[in-house]
Amino acid sequence: MKKLSTLLAATAIATLMAGSAWSKTFVYCSEASPEGFDPGLYTGGQTFDAAAHTVYNRLVEFKRGTTEIEPALAESWEISADGKEYTFKLRPGVKFQTTEYFTPTRELNADDVIFSFERQYKADNAWNKYVPGASWEYFSGMGLPDLLEKVEKVDDLTVKIVLKRPEAPLLANLGMPFISILSKEYADKLQADGKMELMNQQPLGTGPFTFVAYQPDAAIRYKANPDYWGGKQKIDDLVFAITTDAAVRAQKLKAGECQLMSYPNAADVAELKADPNLNISEQAGLNVSYLAYNTLVPPFDKVEVRKALNMAVNKQAIVDAVFQGAATVAKNPIPPTMWSYNDKVEDDKYDPEVAKKMLEDAGVKDLKMKIWAMPVARPYMLNARRAAELMQSDLAKIGVTAEIVSYEWAEYLKLSSAKDRDGAAILGWTGDNGDPDNFLDTLLGCDAVGGNNRAQWCNKEFDDLVTKAKETSDVAERTKLYEEAQIVFKKEAPWNTLDHSLAVVPMSKKVSGFVQSPLGDFVFEGVDIAE
Amino acid sequence: MAGGSKTFGPSVFQRKKGLAPMLRFIFGRLAVLIPTFLGVSLIAFSFIRLLPGDPVMLMSGERVMAPERHTELMHQLGLDRPMYVQYFDYLGGLVTGDFGSSIVTKRPVLDDFMNLFPATLELSLCAIIVAVLLGIPAGVIAAVKRGTWLDQSLMGVALVGYSMPIFWWGLLLIIFFSGYLGWTPVSGRISMMYFFPQVTGFMLIDSLISGQAGAFKSAVSYLILPTVVLATIPLAVIARQTRSAMLEVLGEDYVRTARSKGLSPFRVIGVHALRNALIPVITTIGLQVGVLLAGAILTETIFSWPGIGKWMVDSVFKRDYQVVQGGLMLIAAMIMIINLIVDVLYGFINPRIRH
Repeated sequence: MKKLSTLLAATAIATLMAGSAWSKTFVYCSEASPEGFDPGLYTGGQTFDAAAHTVYNRLVEFKRGTTEIEPALAESWEISADGKEYTFKLRPGVKFQTTEYFTPTRELNADDVIFSFERQYKADNAWNKYVPGASWEYFSGMGLPDLLEKVEKVDDLTVKIVLKRPEAPLLANLGMPFISILSKEYADKLQADGKMELMNQQPLGTGPFTFVAYQPDAAIRYKANPDYWGGKQKIDDLVFAITTDAAVRAQKLKAGECQLMSYPNAADVAELKADPNLNISEQAGLNVSYLAYNTLVPPFDKVEVRKALNMAVNKQAIVDAVFQGAATVAKNPIPPTMWSYNDKVEDDKYDPEVAKKMLEDAGVKDLKMKIWAMPVARPYMLNARRAAELMQSDLAKIGVTAEIVSYEWAEYLKLSSAKDRDGAAILGWTGDNGDPDNFLDTLLGCDAVGGNNRAQWCNKEFDDLVTKAKETSDVAERTKLYEEAQIVFKKEAPWNTLDHSLAVVPMSKKVSGFVQSPLGDFVFEGVDIAE
Repeated sequence: MAGGSKTFGPSVFQRKKGLAPMLRFIFGRLAVLIPTFLGVSLIAFSFIRLLPGDPVMLMSGERVMAPERHTELMHQLGLDRPMYVQYFDYLGGLVTGDFGSSIVTKRPVLDDFMNLFPATLELSLCAIIVAVLLGIPAGVIAAVKRGTWLDQSLMGVALVGYSMPIFWWGLLLIIFFSGYLGWTPVSGRISMMYFFPQVTGFMLIDSLISGQAGAFKSAVSYLILPTVVLATIPLAVIARQTRSAMLEVLGEDYVRTARSKGLSPFRVIGVHALRNALIPVITTIGLQVGVLLAGAILTETIFSWPGIGKWMVDSVFKRDYQVVQGGLMLIAAMIMIINLIVDVLYGFINPRIRH
């Protein structure tokens, strides 16, 4: 392994030096080390950026800058009338990357697709446990093991996916990084050599960039894939400079040590905006932050009480204090950039007087409650403690005494999902695939009570709408159902919807062609840099 | 005259006859290491497990994992076995040199450690060299000029340095020297323009071997700020320790005798006094190894320095039990070995210790 990587690196240098006169290198300051290079094994966004969006492709992908599905390795597809059979026609002539560690002898075919699926759920597949503790977390998290009947080859360039029941969000799921398409030929070679673990260290796919080397915790290097089916990239080399501290990333960007950075501190954004050499790209993130009441515990089982509490909180003040403007107040459980967002829904108006009266009318006096504040900053909520303090003082104005509690993060995630949780919990969600189902059913469905449904809220009207929408392939029909579900949600108020944060990407003015992904991915296909 | 100077005070080169007492001393020290090693292994093992949460829970983030799936994954990782079974399994591994594989990255812990440790070692060595080269003269000057403005300002600076919060200090230096003045690079080990295979893991050496023009210079420039930050606390400690040891020695009879003999002040201070004052200072330097590793955790995080400090912190957050317990063991072993060397060295310098 060591020898191989040294050899590899040496060759890479030779290539690098030979082409250094004209080579265009793009450096991206990324926020964390990838967990590995097999996107099926992990859940971290940094891993998907480093492996899935550079080295690999999927059957379908999200059109740049949107959550719309477009053809990728599959040129076209057909869905059977009962919504249970998806037939994909593969793009002909797609070449796998040629690297120092592997030279492919054939082009992409149905075997590669079947391999990429089966390794993630068939226990008898040799690759199912190829690294210790391989768990295919996303594959199972999205419910695919229970959903898939089979994945079969029709001919060399046709694959059929058969489901046990109709599931409209499937296409969006197939655009997600975890189901990237790997080379079966490469896998067979690694298996024959007894070096299966290299699949997670030396990735090989069909994507725009070819993996060159990973220097742990320091940098990842790629070069443009000359055989890429989507055309060779304008930049020659792509480097991820791993820089965990956000303030340091900002300094690196300002100093020209990288051309683009992820996740700036909210406090640094103003300074970055003022820098004449930088551009700032902003986009509403595909996320929501909320305060979930425990609707199983009195008096929070009463709609009037939840409504009154919602009306007592000045959400604009929270957004201003926590995000310094880089967020918008949320009224729906899905963000405004998502299809089926119902803009006609009216938010609970901030009115402490009315709120106080509503509580009295509901017969609730001297209410004492707990507010759970997350101990960590997440993109949708940068400072839960601060938000909780503001809520605490707002609630005091209507005579409610709130106590703020917090737990260590892993513990918080676990305890907050308990059905008998004492108090309302601040939490949030970032969309996986741009499908409303990924918010509405995942976070508020009856099945998710005791799990992702932190409000422990099971409402038949809402659940029926969302379930029906899941089984319908027609987007217009689904849109109507989701719009209606949002009305039910607002009427019932299981959450106080807090905010949708903006995703901010600062970059050098020399960078062109970078399109921000609503899913929060950093995709460098199509990026160029001026000399 | 030169020979005569050795008759003053207990010379560092004075030896008892034979190597036997020295060997007995070394073996005695080694025997003490075994219980220490066991103790550390138990602490390393239990410390990370005492933290709430587990690695499986953190795998899925906000998405809640079904309890059955959680149980299944814990079983797969062998984390559902009784604690003592896990402990003895881990201990058995340690004895055979198997530190296990990371739960998150699936890579062997030892491989990652060997890969990242040179970066920490390089930074720590540079820091300790800077700390010694500046700290000892500063302490000597302060002691000789005791009570003057020079003494007070040197010790004042040392006190500030000693109490400096590393994270803040690092960011301050980056903002001023890299951001405002543009003299030094912000973070990393070498410019991204350079890329060569890791041979020794020491960037200064590898950049020289690579033969790429400018690589060595780049590596040096990236090393400056982290070295300054990491050296700050040990530098302050060494300066203060040198000063107090010097003050003690300067009051000794043999120094007065040396002075009255008419030796030059430089010779009295530099040779007679300093040599003896250095004994406690060396102990202090040895003790700074632990301080350096603790400081390296923060320094590496600020400067994106790919060493073991950053690696350990990430692993604690992810509850990567294997990495935390294996990494702690390896670090503890390093510290134990270095302390042993210092002890032996000390016994070598000061024969009284051996008995």
